Amino acid sequence: MSSWLDYTINGLIVGNVYALVAVGLALIFGVSRLINFAQGSIYLVGAYIGWVAVVQLHTPLPLTIIVVAVAAALVGLIIERFGLRPLQNSVRIAPLLATIGISFVLDQLVMLTFSPNPRALPSQLPDIRFQIGGGTIGPLDLLIAGVGLTSALLLFVFLRYSKLGWAVRATAQDRDAAMQMGVDVNRVNQAVFGIAAALGGVSGLLVGMYYNQIDTAMSLQATLKGVVAEVVGGAGNVPGAVIGSLLLGLVESYGVAVFGTSYRNLFAFLLLVVVLVLRPNGLFASARQAPPEPLTGTFIAPSRPVRIPRWALLIATAVFAILPLLPVSFYVLQTLINAWLLGMLALSLTLVAGTIGQVSLGHAALLAIGAYTSALLSLTFAVPVGLAIIGGGLMSAALGTALISPSFRLRGHYVSIATLAIGEIVSLVILNWESVTRGPIGISGIPPLSLFGYELVSPISIYWFSFIVMVVLALLQGRLLGSHLGRSFRAIRDDDIAARAYGLSLNRYKSLAFIFGGFAAGVSGGIAAHLYSYINHETFNTQQSILALTVVILGGLGNVVGAILGAVALVGLPEVFRIAAEYRILIYGIVLLLLVRFRPQGLLGTM
Amino acid sequence: MSTTMLSLRGLTRRFGGLTAVDAIDLDLAKGELISIIGPNGAGKTTLFNLVTGLDLPDAGTVRFEGQDITGLSPERLAAEGIARTFQLGRVFGNLSVMDNVLIGAHTRLRAVKPAVPLIGPLLELGLALLRPASVKAEEERLREEVKVILARFGERLLPRIDQPAYSLSYANRRRVEIARALALRPRLLLLDEPTAGMNPTETTEMQGLVAELKAEGLTILLIEHKLEMVMRLSDRVIVMDEGKKIAEGPGEQVRGDPKVIEAYLGHGLTTKQESAA
Repeated sequence: MSSWLDYTINGLIVGNVYALVAVGLALIFGVSRLINFAQGSIYLVGAYIGWVAVVQLHTPLPLTIIVVAVAAALVGLIIERFGLRPLQNSVRIAPLLATIGISFVLDQLVMLTFSPNPRALPSQLPDIRFQIGGGTIGPLDLLIAGVGLTSALLLFVFLRYSKLGWAVRATAQDRDAAMQMGVDVNRVNQAVFGIAAALGGVSGLLVGMYYNQIDTAMSLQATLKGVVAEVVGGAGNVPGAVIGSLLLGLVESYGVAVFGTSYRNLFAFLLLVVVLVLRPNGLFASARQAPPEPLTGTFIAPSRPVRIPRWALLIATAVFAILPLLPVSFYVLQTLINAWLLGMLALSLTLVAGTIGQVSLGHAALLAIGAYTSALLSLTFAVPVGLAIIGGGLMSAALGTALISPSFRLRGHYVSIATLAIGEIVSLVILNWESVTRGPIGISGIPPLSLFGYELVSPISIYWFSFIVMVVLALLQGRLLGSHLGRSFRAIRDDDIAARAYGLSLNRYKSLAFIFGGFAAGVSGGIAAHLYSYINHETFNTQQSILALTVVILGGLGNVVGAILGAVALVGLPEVFRIAAEYRILIYGIVLLLLVRFRPQGLLGTM
Repeated sequence: MSTTMLSLRGLTRRFGGLTAVDAIDLDLAKGELISIIGPNGAGKTTLFNLVTGLDLPDAGTVRFEGQDITGLSPERLAAEGIARTFQLGRVFGNLSVMDNVLIGAHTRLRAVKPAVPLIGPLLELGLALLRPASVKAEEERLREEVKVILARFGERLLPRIDQPAYSLSYANRRRVEIARALALRPRLLLLDEPTAGMNPTETTEMQGLVAELKAEGLTILLIEHKLEMVMRLSDRVIVMDEGKKIAEGPGEQVRGDPKVIEAYLGHGLTTKQESAA
């Protein structure tokens, strides 16, 4: 009984922390219809600035909070001014991608500055516990609750009684009308980003103190939790975000109480998926509200794809095919093998994100499903590796499509949230389903690649194998795009309402796209499993999903040749320039940002 | 006695406190052309959305050839032979003119879309990849048909057949929408302001095309603001204001109806005129 009270208190405290993140997200969504994927990075920055203040500068607690709030707000203002304002008139997908890129850059900068190792962030409060009924509560709990309530109150006063607050609310209701009435929308955006960032930064500080530890993995988790809370409360709804956060905190806390710590995130994401499926506009929206984002038609940058003559493609294919016969080093072959594997994933994602317009942020989950299936088939059931890989592809196609299907009725940014959550769910299920996946230990001793009984161990044979598989998948995809399915997919992407009015079932065609794309990704994961010989739940992570997305945007959304070109470029160029591994993610983030800003249609153009 | 194609009874749609479509009754006979006119915000487009399944009515029924189709999905209704164009223009921007119009023929694909339950979608994927002769022939036939449809617009669209729709002029996008609707071989065609944004020459051209379609026996529901076109084309005119049907009848009769004049000129204005006179 007493422990239940403890879990409730814990849930509400954690909920309070989520609320600080979620309220910022809701404010930003309100005025600019954007889900800010960089919110968690600001939270991370806040935690590390707090660490510097507490551990190095020995600031007293009130000053620490002020320093963190001001510094985080500055970061928010910089993001708004240089990252997002230039994109105001670009396609709807651009700011979303920009916040993803910004988040990568910020996380990597923090990691490079402070190293990825966790650090202790001591609480500056006395370590005592007060008895309340059957549970206990500490000064830090009270501080978090106090900060949460004070921020909510300040925000309420700001929005209701200040002139800028009025402008924020007016912009949230109708941006165009507000502009016509003389509201300076740029100032509103600045205010909102500043406030959201200050709240996010303080939230990071408090969480660091609460768990007495900070590390760079906090960022993505915070974004995800904030987004879950915000969507549960109804995107753009500030009070809804607070209630959604408390609800999320409680659901997690009780979930942990019943099932154990490793299930914490699973509950958060299941809550998200359930809400997205049943009430995509949040718990407090009326059921038949019009969709919040009428973004049909302008989601993807219009462009004319660069036409590459067939002979040029044939020559390029021939050159790469005979490359191993030329005097090249194993290192080059190894690099290109990685490029071919990434190319298969990019083919899959360019179909899903580009051709049919479902910008998936959880695509690595398809790799994981393919990899685990192929590994387990060959290890447990002694299925020949070649068949096991095909099995992995089929499983990825079937399971991936089934998992993603609840998101088929969603649009735009919501699809990205849902796929991100589904990707996390897959990784958490792999972690927790020990009887099948061997849990955190992972699967080792996966047999090497083999075909018709011959083991492919030499780099040359592995190179040819992966190259041929990728070329076959690319040819199939090209054929698909040339069929009536290609135009149907693209029609759904360009305008799903008009597509439905002409008899195109969204469920049917989104399923087909995910089945085809899932197969390619699953095959890529399967091959990777046999190459690595060891995989675990972290082998295929969100970083890979974002890398694949960067590849796809670099090549041009929906563009088959572009996907492969992008993969070769992003895998190859860092090798050519001998860029150290820890800087690569940073560079991918910067590449993504530059592309979104200066060439949203990619190198070869959107198809 | 002509057969009734479309029949609406008490069709109602409310948005919060606003009743956008208020108990509308309408009967459209086969081969008939009815125009719906009324001031902006009268509920005309919402009515189209209710008929084509893009929105659900709060009350009332929609019957198509005697069959109750209320609440069916737009995909189903397209397959039943109902095609529409959109007020603000909804072409597929990145698709070529050819592909846009081919999408119109989607419900008529047979060879590549076998009507097999459960595994139908997988067969569709397989056939699209393998492309046996029957599928190729079907695609070829539809492409020829698209060219015939585009030829109805003279030299407006044919020379641009491979251009992406986003590069077309506003008027040409509207033409592509109509071509797409015709490719469905509709039994009922709903046109939502087909001449919006067109100059007088283009409007006359469009009027000629709609007259041709009517002469070919197509049943048409038309939303249009250009009254001259409405008067020339319509068998009957329905006037809507604030969601309600305020007048119905032959064009000339409706034109003189004081309620209609009031709806167009603004409430209170007519009484002022009367007192002035």
